[in-house]
Amino acid sequence: MIDLDRRTFLHCVTTAGAAALFPRSLSAKPAAVLTKPVPSSGEALPLVGLGSWITFNVGNDVAARDACATVMQAFFAAGGRLIDSSPMYGSSQQVIGYGLAKLGHPAELFSADKVWISSGSRGPGQIEASRGAWGVRRFDLLQVHNLLNWEAHLPKLLAMKAAGRLRYVGITTSEGRRHREFERVMRTQPLDFIQVTYNLLDREVESRLLPLAHERGIAVIINRPFRQGDLVRRLERYPLPAWASEINCTSWAQFALKFIISHPAVTCVIPATTRTDHVQENLGAASDPLPDAAMRERMIAYVETL
Amino acid sequence: MSEWWTYSLSDFLMFSPRTYYRLFELYNLAIWPWQLLAIAGGLGVLALWLRGGRWHGRAIAAILAAAWLWVAWAYLLVRFDTINWAARYFAAGFAAEAMLLIWSGLICDRLQMQRERWNAAKVSGLGLFGFALFVWPLIGLPVGRPIVQAEIFGVAPDPTAVATLGVLLGARRIRWELMIIPLIWCAISAATLWTMRSPDFFLPLVAAALVIVIAIRAAVLSLAARSG
Repeated sequence: MIDLDRRTFLHCVTTAGAAALFPRSLSAKPAAVLTKPVPSSGEALPLVGLGSWITFNVGNDVAARDACATVMQAFFAAGGRLIDSSPMYGSSQQVIGYGLAKLGHPAELFSADKVWISSGSRGPGQIEASRGAWGVRRFDLLQVHNLLNWEAHLPKLLAMKAAGRLRYVGITTSEGRRHREFERVMRTQPLDFIQVTYNLLDREVESRLLPLAHERGIAVIINRPFRQGDLVRRLERYPLPAWASEINCTSWAQFALKFIISHPAVTCVIPATTRTDHVQENLGAASDPLPDAAMRERMIAYVETL
Repeated sequence: MSEWWTYSLSDFLMFSPRTYYRLFELYNLAIWPWQLLAIAGGLGVLALWLRGGRWHGRAIAAILAAAWLWVAWAYLLVRFDTINWAARYFAAGFAAEAMLLIWSGLICDRLQMQRERWNAAKVSGLGLFGFALFVWPLIGLPVGRPIVQAEIFGVAPDPTAVATLGVLLGARRIRWELMIIPLIWCAISAATLWTMRSPDFFLPLVAAALVIVIAIRAAVLSLAARSG
Protein backbone atom coordinates (compact mmCIF):
# COMPACT_ATOMS: atom_id res chain seq x y z
CA MET A 1 0.00 0.00 0.00
CA ILE A 2 1.38 3.40 -0.92
CA ASP A 3 1.32 5.76 2.04
CA LEU A 4 0.84 9.09 0.38
CA ASP A 5 -1.40 12.03 1.12
CA ARG A 6 -3.83 12.13 -1.76
CA ARG A 7 -3.90 15.90 -1.60
CA THR A 8 -0.37 15.96 -2.91
CA PHE A 9 -1.76 14.42 -6.07
CA LEU A 10 -4.99 16.23 -6.46
CA HIS A 11 -5.59 19.52 -8.11
CA CYS A 12 -9.09 20.78 -8.05
CA VAL A 13 -10.18 22.44 -11.24
CA THR A 14 -12.62 25.18 -10.34
CA THR A 15 -15.89 25.54 -12.12
CA ALA A 16 -14.75 28.79 -13.64
CA GLY A 17 -11.50 27.30 -14.81
CA ALA A 18 -13.16 24.34 -16.47
CA ALA A 19 -15.71 26.63 -18.09
CA ALA A 20 -12.90 28.55 -19.74
CA LEU A 21 -11.87 25.35 -21.51
CA PHE A 22 -15.33 24.71 -22.78
CA PRO A 23 -16.62 24.97 -26.35
CA ARG A 24 -19.34 27.48 -27.01
CA SER A 25 -21.60 24.77 -28.40
CA LEU A 26 -22.10 23.25 -24.98
CA SER A 27 -24.40 25.30 -22.84
CA ALA A 28 -24.27 23.38 -19.54
CA LYS A 29 -21.71 24.56 -17.03
CA PRO A 30 -19.27 21.89 -15.91
CA ALA A 31 -19.08 21.16 -12.22
CA ALA A 32 -15.76 21.14 -10.38
CA VAL A 33 -13.98 17.92 -11.28
CA LEU A 34 -10.93 16.68 -9.43
CA THR A 35 -7.86 16.07 -11.55
CA LYS A 36 -4.48 14.45 -11.15
CA PRO A 37 -1.31 15.25 -13.04
CA VAL A 38 0.17 12.88 -15.60
CA PRO A 39 3.54 12.23 -13.91
CA SER A 40 5.60 12.48 -17.11
CA SER A 41 4.24 15.90 -18.08
CA GLY A 42 2.29 17.42 -15.20
CA GLU A 43 -0.78 17.78 -17.42
CA ALA A 44 -3.94 17.64 -15.31
CA LEU A 45 -6.45 14.91 -16.20
CA PRO A 46 -9.93 14.59 -14.68
CA LEU A 47 -10.14 11.55 -12.43
CA VAL A 48 -13.05 10.13 -14.42
CA GLY A 49 -12.92 9.45 -18.17
CA LEU A 50 -15.18 7.60 -20.60
CA GLY A 51 -14.72 4.05 -21.86
CA SER A 52 -16.29 2.79 -25.09
CA TRP A 53 -16.18 -1.04 -24.82
CA ILE A 54 -19.60 -2.42 -25.90
CA THR A 55 -21.50 0.81 -25.22
CA PHE A 56 -20.28 2.71 -28.30
CA ASN A 57 -20.24 -0.30 -30.63
CA VAL A 58 -23.57 0.48 -32.30
CA GLY A 59 -22.61 0.07 -35.96
CA ASN A 60 -24.29 2.34 -38.50
CA ASP A 61 -27.46 2.85 -36.45
CA VAL A 62 -27.91 6.63 -36.74
CA ALA A 63 -30.29 6.89 -33.77
CA ALA A 64 -27.87 4.95 -31.55
CA ARG A 65 -24.92 7.02 -32.83
CA ASP A 66 -26.81 10.19 -31.94
CA ALA A 67 -27.46 8.78 -28.46
CA CYS A 68 -23.71 8.13 -28.06
CA ALA A 69 -22.98 11.68 -29.20
CA THR A 70 -25.37 12.90 -26.50
CA VAL A 71 -23.48 10.84 -23.92
CA MET A 72 -20.22 12.43 -25.12
CA GLN A 73 -21.79 15.88 -24.94
CA ALA A 74 -22.88 15.21 -21.34
CA PHE A 75 -19.38 13.92 -20.60
CA PHE A 76 -17.67 17.09 -21.82
CA ALA A 77 -20.35 19.26 -20.20
CA ALA A 78 -19.64 17.59 -16.85
CA GLY A 79 -15.91 18.37 -17.18
CA GLY A 80 -14.65 15.08 -18.67
CA ARG A 81 -11.70 14.87 -21.06
CA LEU A 82 -10.28 11.37 -21.62
CA ILE A 83 -12.14 9.03 -23.98
CA ASP A 84 -10.65 5.58 -24.51
CA SER A 85 -11.19 3.13 -27.35
CA SER A 86 -9.53 0.38 -29.38
CA PRO A 87 -9.64 -1.18 -32.86
CA MET A 88 -10.91 -4.24 -30.99
CA TYR A 89 -14.14 -2.47 -30.02
CA GLY A 90 -16.01 -2.92 -33.32
CA SER A 91 -17.48 0.37 -34.53
CA SER A 92 -16.68 2.31 -31.33
CA GLN A 93 -13.92 4.37 -32.94
CA GLN A 94 -16.19 5.41 -35.83
CA VAL A 95 -18.98 6.24 -33.38
CA ILE A 96 -16.61 8.39 -31.31
CA GLY A 97 -15.53 10.13 -34.52
CA TYR A 98 -19.19 10.72 -35.39
CA GLY A 99 -19.83 12.19 -31.95
CA LEU A 100 -16.74 14.41 -32.02
CA ALA A 101 -17.68 15.79 -35.44
CA LYS A 102 -21.23 16.42 -34.23
CA LEU A 103 -19.92 18.25 -31.15
CA GLY A 104 -17.52 20.36 -33.22
CA HIS A 105 -14.39 18.55 -32.01
CA PRO A 106 -14.26 19.76 -28.38
CA ALA A 107 -10.83 21.20 -27.65
CA GLU A 108 -10.64 19.59 -24.22
CA LEU A 109 -10.70 16.04 -25.65
CA PHE A 110 -7.90 13.76 -24.48
CA SER A 111 -7.93 10.96 -27.08
CA ALA A 112 -6.71 7.57 -25.88
CA ASP A 113 -6.65 4.66 -28.31
CA LYS A 114 -4.74 1.43 -28.78
CA VAL A 115 -2.85 -0.61 -31.30
CA TRP A 116 -4.15 -4.18 -31.42
CA ILE A 117 -2.73 -6.33 -34.18
CA SER A 118 -0.38 -9.32 -34.23
CA SER A 119 1.64 -8.04 -37.17
CA GLY A 120 4.18 -5.40 -36.22
CA SER A 121 4.44 -4.07 -39.76
CA ARG A 122 0.68 -3.49 -39.97
CA GLY A 123 0.58 -1.51 -36.70
CA PRO A 124 1.14 1.94 -38.29
CA GLY A 125 -1.62 1.27 -40.83
CA GLN A 126 -4.02 0.32 -38.07
CA ILE A 127 -3.12 3.44 -36.09
CA GLU A 128 -3.70 5.61 -39.15
CA ALA A 129 -7.10 3.96 -39.73
CA SER A 130 -7.99 4.57 -36.07
CA ARG A 131 -6.93 8.20 -36.34
CA GLY A 132 -9.10 8.59 -39.41
CA ALA A 133 -12.06 7.02 -37.60
CA TRP A 134 -11.72 9.47 -34.70
CA GLY A 135 -11.12 12.39 -37.05
CA VAL A 136 -8.31 13.78 -34.89
CA ARG A 137 -5.04 15.32 -36.03
CA ARG A 138 -3.08 13.09 -33.65
CA PHE A 139 -3.81 10.91 -30.65
CA ASP A 140 -2.91 12.08 -27.18
CA LEU A 141 -2.24 8.55 -25.99
CA LEU A 142 -1.65 5.28 -27.80
CA GLN A 143 -1.41 2.04 -25.85
CA VAL A 144 -0.37 -1.47 -26.86
CA HIS A 145 -3.59 -3.40 -26.27
CA ASN A 146 -3.20 -6.41 -23.98
CA LEU A 147 0.56 -6.39 -24.70
CA LEU A 148 -0.16 -7.89 -28.14
CA ASN A 149 3.24 -7.95 -29.91
CA TRP A 150 4.43 -5.08 -27.72
CA GLU A 151 8.03 -5.76 -28.75
CA ALA A 152 7.21 -4.59 -32.29
CA HIS A 153 4.66 -1.87 -31.51
CA LEU A 154 6.24 -0.07 -28.56
CA PRO A 155 9.37 1.18 -30.40
CA LYS A 156 7.13 2.57 -33.16
CA LEU A 157 4.92 4.38 -30.65
CA LEU A 158 7.99 5.83 -28.92
CA ALA A 159 9.30 6.97 -32.32
CA MET A 160 5.94 8.63 -33.04
CA LYS A 161 6.15 10.42 -29.70
CA ALA A 162 9.72 11.57 -30.41
CA ALA A 163 8.56 12.90 -33.79
CA GLY A 164 5.74 14.85 -32.15
CA ARG A 165 3.01 12.71 -33.73
CA LEU A 166 1.87 11.38 -30.36
CA ARG A 167 1.93 12.80 -26.83
CA TYR A 168 1.95 9.74 -24.59
CA VAL A 169 2.72 6.01 -24.85
CA GLY A 170 1.28 3.19 -22.78
CA ILE A 171 0.39 -0.48 -22.44
CA THR A 172 -2.79 -2.18 -21.28
CA THR A 173 -4.05 -5.39 -19.79
CA SER A 174 -7.33 -6.41 -18.23
CA GLU A 175 -8.65 -8.76 -15.59
CA GLY A 176 -5.25 -9.68 -14.21
CA ARG A 177 -3.71 -11.14 -17.36
CA ARG A 178 0.04 -11.28 -18.03
CA HIS A 179 0.94 -9.22 -14.96
CA ARG A 180 4.45 -10.64 -14.73
CA GLU A 181 5.29 -9.62 -18.29
CA PHE A 182 3.43 -6.35 -17.78
CA GLU A 183 5.64 -5.57 -14.80
CA ARG A 184 8.75 -6.38 -16.83
CA VAL A 185 7.70 -3.92 -19.56
CA MET A 186 6.96 -1.29 -16.91
CA ARG A 187 10.44 -1.71 -15.49
CA THR A 188 12.29 -1.59 -18.80
CA GLN A 189 10.34 0.77 -21.09
CA PRO A 190 9.81 4.55 -20.87
CA LEU A 191 6.04 4.43 -20.44
CA ASP A 192 3.77 7.40 -19.74
CA PHE A 193 0.65 5.35 -19.00
CA ILE A 194 -0.48 1.89 -18.05
CA GLN A 195 -4.08 0.65 -18.13
CA VAL A 196 -5.20 -2.16 -15.81
CA THR A 197 -8.33 -3.58 -14.18
CA TYR A 198 -9.01 -2.44 -10.62
CA ASN A 199 -12.22 -2.31 -8.62
CA LEU A 200 -13.65 -3.09 -5.18
CA LEU A 201 -13.32 -6.82 -5.78
CA ASP A 202 -10.42 -7.11 -8.26
CA ARG A 203 -7.48 -5.63 -6.35
CA GLU A 204 -4.54 -7.75 -7.53
CA VAL A 205 -2.79 -4.67 -8.98
CA GLU A 206 -2.51 -3.13 -5.49
CA SER A 207 0.34 -5.42 -4.55
CA ARG A 208 2.87 -4.74 -7.33
CA LEU A 209 1.71 -2.84 -10.41
CA LEU A 210 0.24 0.26 -8.75
CA PRO A 211 3.22 0.78 -6.41
CA LEU A 212 5.57 0.25 -9.36
CA ALA A 213 3.66 2.78 -11.47
CA HIS A 214 3.99 5.32 -8.66
CA GLU A 215 7.67 4.55 -8.21
CA ARG A 216 8.42 4.96 -11.93
CA GLY A 217 6.15 7.97 -12.48
CA ILE A 218 3.69 6.22 -14.77
CA ALA A 219 0.07 7.41 -15.01
CA VAL A 220 -2.57 4.74 -14.39
CA ILE A 221 -5.89 4.32 -16.20
CA ILE A 222 -8.34 1.89 -14.64
CA ASN A 223 -10.67 -0.21 -16.81
CA ARG A 224 -13.67 -2.39 -15.87
CA PRO A 225 -14.49 -0.46 -12.68
CA PHE A 226 -17.93 -2.05 -12.51
CA ARG A 227 -17.02 -5.48 -13.93
CA GLN A 228 -19.11 -4.62 -17.01
CA GLY A 229 -22.01 -3.60 -14.77
CA ASP A 230 -22.16 -6.85 -12.80
CA LEU A 231 -20.58 -5.31 -9.70
CA VAL A 232 -23.05 -2.42 -9.46
CA ARG A 233 -26.02 -4.70 -10.27
CA ARG A 234 -24.90 -6.97 -7.44
CA LEU A 235 -24.36 -4.11 -4.97
CA GLU A 236 -27.66 -2.46 -5.82
CA ARG A 237 -29.48 -5.35 -4.13
CA TYR A 238 -28.30 -3.81 -0.86
CA PRO A 239 -28.78 -0.33 0.59
CA LEU A 240 -25.87 2.08 0.39
CA PRO A 241 -24.34 2.29 3.90
CA ALA A 242 -25.23 5.45 5.80
CA TRP A 243 -21.55 6.33 6.19
CA ALA A 244 -21.21 6.63 2.39
CA SER A 245 -22.55 10.15 2.85
CA GLU A 246 -19.26 11.04 4.61
CA ILE A 247 -17.59 10.86 1.18
CA ASN A 248 -20.60 12.36 -0.65
CA CYS A 249 -21.64 9.14 -2.36
CA THR A 250 -25.23 9.06 -3.53
CA SER A 251 -25.07 5.74 -5.41
CA TRP A 252 -23.19 2.46 -5.51
CA ALA A 253 -21.56 3.55 -8.78
CA GLN A 254 -20.07 6.59 -7.05
CA PHE A 255 -19.05 4.38 -4.12
CA ALA A 256 -17.18 2.06 -6.52
CA LEU A 257 -15.57 4.92 -8.45
CA LYS A 258 -14.49 6.87 -5.36
CA PHE A 259 -12.79 3.76 -4.07
CA ILE A 260 -10.77 3.46 -7.29
CA ILE A 261 -9.79 7.08 -7.81
CA SER A 262 -8.78 7.52 -4.18
CA HIS A 263 -5.86 5.15 -4.69
CA PRO A 264 -2.80 7.40 -4.77
CA ALA A 265 -1.36 5.77 -7.88
CA VAL A 266 -4.55 5.97 -9.97
CA THR A 267 -4.79 8.81 -12.47
CA CYS A 268 -8.13 8.13 -14.16
CA VAL A 269 -10.93 5.58 -14.31
CA ILE A 270 -12.89 4.95 -17.52
CA PRO A 271 -16.42 3.67 -16.89
CA ALA A 272 -18.50 3.10 -20.04
CA THR A 273 -22.15 3.98 -20.26
CA THR A 274 -25.00 4.64 -22.67
CA ARG A 275 -26.82 7.03 -20.34
CA THR A 276 -26.29 10.73 -19.78
CA ASP A 277 -27.48 10.54 -16.15
CA HIS A 278 -24.84 7.88 -15.51
CA VAL A 279 -22.19 10.11 -17.10
CA GLN A 280 -23.13 12.88 -14.69
CA GLU A 281 -23.19 10.45 -11.78
CA ASN A 282 -19.76 9.10 -12.75
CA LEU A 283 -18.18 12.54 -13.14
CA GLY A 284 -19.83 13.49 -9.84
CA ALA A 285 -17.62 10.91 -8.15
CA ALA A 286 -14.55 12.98 -9.08
CA SER A 287 -15.24 15.38 -6.24
CA ASP A 288 -14.12 15.98 -2.69
CA PRO A 289 -14.09 14.36 -0.27
CA LEU A 290 -12.36 11.21 -1.47
CA PRO A 291 -11.96 8.30 0.95
CA ASP A 292 -8.79 8.20 3.02
CA ALA A 293 -6.91 4.96 3.74
CA ALA A 294 -9.14 4.07 6.70
CA MET A 295 -12.30 4.69 4.72
CA ARG A 296 -10.97 2.59 1.83
CA GLU A 297 -10.44 -0.33 4.21
CA ARG A 298 -13.96 0.14 5.52
CA MET A 299 -15.36 0.12 1.97
CA ILE A 300 -13.59 -3.14 1.12
CA ALA A 301 -14.67 -4.79 4.35
CA TYR A 302 -18.29 -3.77 3.83
CA VAL A 303 -18.50 -4.91 0.21
CA GLU A 304 -16.88 -8.23 1.06
CA THR A 305 -19.63 -8.95 3.57
CA LEU A 306 -22.38 -8.52 0.97
CA MET B 1 -4.03 -15.36 -27.51
CA SER B 2 -2.04 -15.83 -24.32
CA GLU B 3 -3.51 -17.10 -21.05
CA TRP B 4 -6.57 -18.24 -23.00
CA TRP B 5 -7.90 -20.10 -19.96
CA THR B 6 -8.48 -16.77 -18.20
CA TYR B 7 -11.00 -15.64 -20.84
CA SER B 8 -14.73 -16.19 -20.46
CA LEU B 9 -17.41 -16.02 -23.16
CA SER B 10 -18.36 -12.53 -22.02
CA ASP B 11 -14.85 -11.32 -22.94
CA PHE B 12 -15.72 -11.95 -26.58
CA LEU B 13 -19.12 -10.26 -26.53
CA MET B 14 -18.41 -6.82 -27.94
CA PHE B 15 -21.96 -5.49 -28.41
CA SER B 16 -25.04 -5.11 -26.23
CA PRO B 17 -28.23 -7.16 -26.71
CA ARG B 18 -29.98 -3.93 -27.63
CA THR B 19 -27.53 -3.30 -30.47
CA TYR B 20 -27.69 -6.92 -31.61
CA TYR B 21 -31.48 -7.00 -31.98
CA ARG B 22 -31.64 -3.45 -33.31
CA LEU B 23 -29.38 -4.67 -36.13
CA PHE B 24 -32.10 -7.16 -37.16
CA GLU B 25 -34.67 -4.38 -37.00
CA LEU B 26 -32.72 -2.06 -39.30
CA TYR B 27 -31.83 -4.98 -41.60
CA ASN B 28 -35.46 -6.10 -41.91
CA LEU B 29 -36.58 -2.56 -42.68
CA ALA B 30 -33.82 -2.11 -45.26
CA ILE B 31 -34.54 -5.28 -47.24
CA TRP B 32 -38.34 -5.36 -47.01
CA PRO B 33 -40.20 -7.00 -48.85
CA TRP B 34 -37.48 -9.51 -49.79
CA GLN B 35 -38.38 -11.47 -46.67
CA LEU B 36 -41.50 -12.64 -48.56
CA LEU B 37 -39.31 -14.13 -51.28
CA ALA B 38 -37.24 -15.93 -48.63
CA ILE B 39 -40.38 -17.39 -47.05
CA ALA B 40 -41.60 -18.42 -50.50
CA GLY B 41 -38.27 -20.16 -51.00
CA GLY B 42 -38.82 -22.02 -47.72
CA LEU B 43 -42.30 -23.08 -48.82
CA GLY B 44 -40.74 -24.19 -52.09
CA VAL B 45 -38.32 -26.45 -50.21
CA LEU B 46 -41.24 -28.00 -48.33
CA ALA B 47 -43.21 -28.59 -51.55
CA LEU B 48 -40.22 -30.13 -53.32
CA TRP B 49 -39.49 -32.32 -50.32
CA LEU B 50 -43.04 -33.67 -50.08
CA ARG B 51 -43.88 -33.89 -53.78
CA GLY B 52 -40.56 -35.07 -55.07
CA GLY B 53 -39.73 -35.12 -58.76
CA ARG B 54 -36.59 -35.72 -60.73
CA TRP B 55 -35.01 -32.38 -59.89
CA HIS B 56 -36.22 -31.98 -56.31
CA GLY B 57 -32.81 -32.56 -54.67
CA ARG B 58 -31.04 -30.15 -56.97
CA ALA B 59 -33.74 -27.49 -56.54
CA ILE B 60 -33.69 -27.76 -52.74
CA ALA B 61 -29.89 -27.48 -52.74
CA ALA B 62 -30.10 -24.42 -54.99
CA ILE B 63 -32.62 -22.67 -52.72
CA LEU B 64 -30.59 -23.44 -49.58
CA ALA B 65 -27.36 -22.31 -51.25
CA ALA B 66 -28.99 -19.03 -52.26
CA ALA B 67 -30.18 -18.53 -48.66
CA TRP B 68 -26.69 -19.17 -47.23
CA LEU B 69 -25.08 -16.85 -49.77
CA TRP B 70 -27.58 -14.09 -49.09
CA VAL B 71 -27.09 -14.33 -45.31
CA ALA B 72 -23.30 -14.35 -45.79
CA TRP B 73 -23.35 -11.16 -47.78
CA ALA B 74 -26.40 -9.12 -46.76
CA TYR B 75 -26.41 -9.86 -43.03
CA LEU B 76 -23.01 -11.10 -41.88
CA LEU B 77 -20.73 -9.06 -44.14
CA VAL B 78 -22.74 -5.87 -44.65
CA ARG B 79 -24.48 -5.57 -41.24
CA PHE B 80 -23.07 -7.83 -38.52
CA ASP B 81 -19.49 -6.95 -39.46
CA THR B 82 -20.14 -3.37 -38.33
CA ILE B 83 -20.40 -4.52 -34.70
CA ASN B 84 -18.40 -7.75 -34.72
CA TRP B 85 -15.02 -8.03 -36.46
CA ALA B 86 -15.39 -11.84 -36.45
CA ALA B 87 -18.45 -11.58 -38.72
CA ARG B 88 -16.30 -11.63 -41.88
CA TYR B 89 -15.04 -15.08 -40.87
CA PHE B 90 -18.60 -16.21 -40.20
CA ALA B 91 -19.53 -14.88 -43.65
CA ALA B 92 -16.74 -16.97 -45.19
CA GLY B 93 -18.16 -20.01 -43.39
CA PHE B 94 -21.65 -19.32 -44.72
CA ALA B 95 -20.30 -18.85 -48.25
CA ALA B 96 -18.40 -22.13 -47.91
CA GLU B 97 -21.63 -23.91 -46.90
CA ALA B 98 -23.32 -22.44 -49.98
CA MET B 99 -20.51 -23.78 -52.17
CA LEU B 100 -20.79 -27.21 -50.54
CA LEU B 101 -24.54 -27.24 -51.18
CA ILE B 102 -23.95 -26.27 -54.82
CA TRP B 103 -21.28 -28.92 -55.28
CA SER B 104 -22.87 -31.77 -53.37
CA GLY B 105 -26.55 -31.04 -53.94
CA LEU B 106 -26.77 -29.17 -57.21
CA ILE B 107 -23.87 -30.53 -59.27
CA CYS B 108 -23.50 -34.05 -57.84
CA ASP B 109 -27.22 -34.50 -56.99
CA ARG B 110 -26.48 -36.06 -53.61
CA LEU B 111 -29.32 -34.41 -51.70
CA GLN B 112 -32.12 -36.84 -52.38
CA MET B 113 -34.89 -36.52 -49.82
CA GLN B 114 -36.46 -39.42 -47.94
CA ARG B 115 -40.04 -39.54 -49.22
CA GLU B 116 -41.10 -43.17 -49.09
CA ARG B 117 -40.91 -43.88 -45.36
CA TRP B 118 -41.99 -41.76 -42.39
CA ASN B 119 -39.14 -42.58 -40.03
CA ALA B 120 -37.83 -40.61 -37.02
CA ALA B 121 -35.27 -38.76 -39.12
CA LYS B 122 -37.81 -37.58 -41.66
CA VAL B 123 -40.36 -36.54 -39.03
CA SER B 124 -37.71 -34.70 -36.99
CA GLY B 125 -36.27 -33.09 -40.10
CA LEU B 126 -39.65 -31.84 -41.26
CA GLY B 127 -40.47 -30.67 -37.73
CA LEU B 128 -37.19 -28.78 -37.48
CA PHE B 129 -37.62 -27.21 -40.90
CA GLY B 130 -41.20 -26.18 -40.13
CA PHE B 131 -40.12 -24.73 -36.77
CA ALA B 132 -37.35 -22.70 -38.43
CA LEU B 133 -39.66 -21.46 -41.17
CA PHE B 134 -42.88 -20.72 -39.27
CA VAL B 135 -42.06 -20.42 -35.54
CA TRP B 136 -38.55 -18.93 -35.42
CA PRO B 137 -39.67 -15.46 -36.62
CA LEU B 138 -42.10 -15.32 -33.69
CA ILE B 139 -39.86 -16.52 -30.84
CA GLY B 140 -38.90 -12.99 -29.83
CA LEU B 141 -42.50 -11.94 -29.20
CA PRO B 142 -43.02 -13.68 -25.82
CA VAL B 143 -39.82 -12.10 -24.47
CA GLY B 144 -40.76 -8.61 -25.62
CA ARG B 145 -38.91 -8.27 -28.90
CA PRO B 146 -41.03 -6.62 -31.63
CA ILE B 147 -41.91 -8.46 -34.85
CA VAL B 148 -39.76 -6.04 -36.84
CA GLN B 149 -36.73 -7.71 -35.20
CA ALA B 150 -37.88 -11.14 -36.43
CA GLU B 151 -35.25 -13.60 -37.61
CA ILE B 152 -36.51 -15.20 -40.83
CA PHE B 153 -35.34 -18.21 -42.84
CA GLY B 154 -33.15 -17.16 -45.76
CA VAL B 155 -32.59 -13.74 -44.20
CA ALA B 156 -31.14 -14.39 -40.73
CA PRO B 157 -28.45 -16.96 -39.90
CA ASP B 158 -30.08 -18.97 -37.09
CA PRO B 159 -33.29 -20.10 -38.83
CA THR B 160 -31.34 -20.66 -42.05
CA ALA B 161 -28.89 -22.97 -40.29
CA VAL B 162 -31.63 -24.83 -38.38
CA ALA B 163 -33.82 -25.21 -41.47
CA THR B 164 -30.84 -26.60 -43.40
CA LEU B 165 -30.17 -29.10 -40.63
CA GLY B 166 -33.83 -30.13 -40.86
CA VAL B 167 -33.47 -30.79 -44.59
CA LEU B 168 -30.23 -32.72 -44.10
CA LEU B 169 -31.87 -34.84 -41.42
CA GLY B 170 -34.64 -35.76 -43.84
CA ALA B 171 -32.27 -36.69 -46.67
CA ARG B 172 -32.13 -40.28 -47.92
CA ARG B 173 -28.47 -40.45 -46.85
CA ILE B 174 -26.98 -38.40 -44.03
CA ARG B 175 -24.65 -35.84 -45.62
CA TRP B 176 -22.23 -35.12 -42.78
CA GLU B 177 -20.10 -32.84 -44.92
CA LEU B 178 -23.06 -30.46 -45.23
CA MET B 179 -23.91 -30.60 -41.53
CA ILE B 180 -20.62 -29.40 -40.06
CA ILE B 181 -20.95 -25.67 -40.73
CA PRO B 182 -24.63 -25.38 -39.65
CA LEU B 183 -23.79 -27.27 -36.43
CA ILE B 184 -20.81 -25.00 -35.74
CA TRP B 185 -23.02 -21.96 -36.33
CA CYS B 186 -25.63 -23.28 -33.88
CA ALA B 187 -22.92 -23.54 -31.22
CA ILE B 188 -21.62 -20.02 -31.95
CA SER B 189 -25.12 -18.56 -31.91
CA ALA B 190 -26.11 -20.32 -28.69
CA ALA B 191 -22.92 -19.06 -27.01
CA THR B 192 -23.64 -15.50 -28.18
CA LEU B 193 -27.26 -15.59 -27.01
CA TRP B 194 -26.29 -17.17 -23.68
CA THR B 195 -23.67 -14.48 -23.07
CA MET B 196 -26.28 -11.82 -23.87
CA ARG B 197 -28.62 -13.57 -21.41
CA SER B 198 -31.24 -14.02 -24.13
CA PRO B 199 -33.91 -16.39 -22.84
CA ASP B 200 -34.04 -18.22 -26.20
CA PHE B 201 -30.34 -19.13 -26.15
CA PHE B 202 -31.09 -22.84 -25.88
CA LEU B 203 -32.95 -23.13 -29.21
CA PRO B 204 -29.95 -23.45 -31.58
CA LEU B 205 -28.33 -25.78 -29.05
CA VAL B 206 -31.37 -28.05 -28.78
CA ALA B 207 -31.75 -28.10 -32.56
CA ALA B 208 -28.09 -29.06 -33.02
CA ALA B 209 -28.24 -31.74 -30.31
CA LEU B 210 -31.41 -33.22 -31.82
CA VAL B 211 -29.81 -33.35 -35.26
CA ILE B 212 -26.64 -35.01 -33.98
CA VAL B 213 -28.51 -37.68 -31.99
CA ILE B 214 -30.97 -38.53 -34.76
CA ALA B 215 -28.35 -38.44 -37.50
CA ILE B 216 -26.09 -40.81 -35.55
CA ARG B 217 -29.06 -43.12 -34.89
CA ALA B 218 -30.01 -43.08 -38.58
CA ALA B 219 -26.43 -43.80 -39.61
CA VAL B 220 -26.19 -46.73 -37.17
CA LEU B 221 -29.53 -48.17 -38.33
CA SER B 222 -28.47 -47.83 -41.95
CA LEU B 223 -25.19 -49.61 -41.24
CA ALA B 224 -26.99 -52.40 -39.37
CA ALA B 225 -29.48 -52.84 -42.23
CA ARG B 226 -26.68 -53.13 -44.75
CA SER B 227 -24.67 -55.61 -42.71
CA GLY B 228 -27.82 -57.60 -41.77
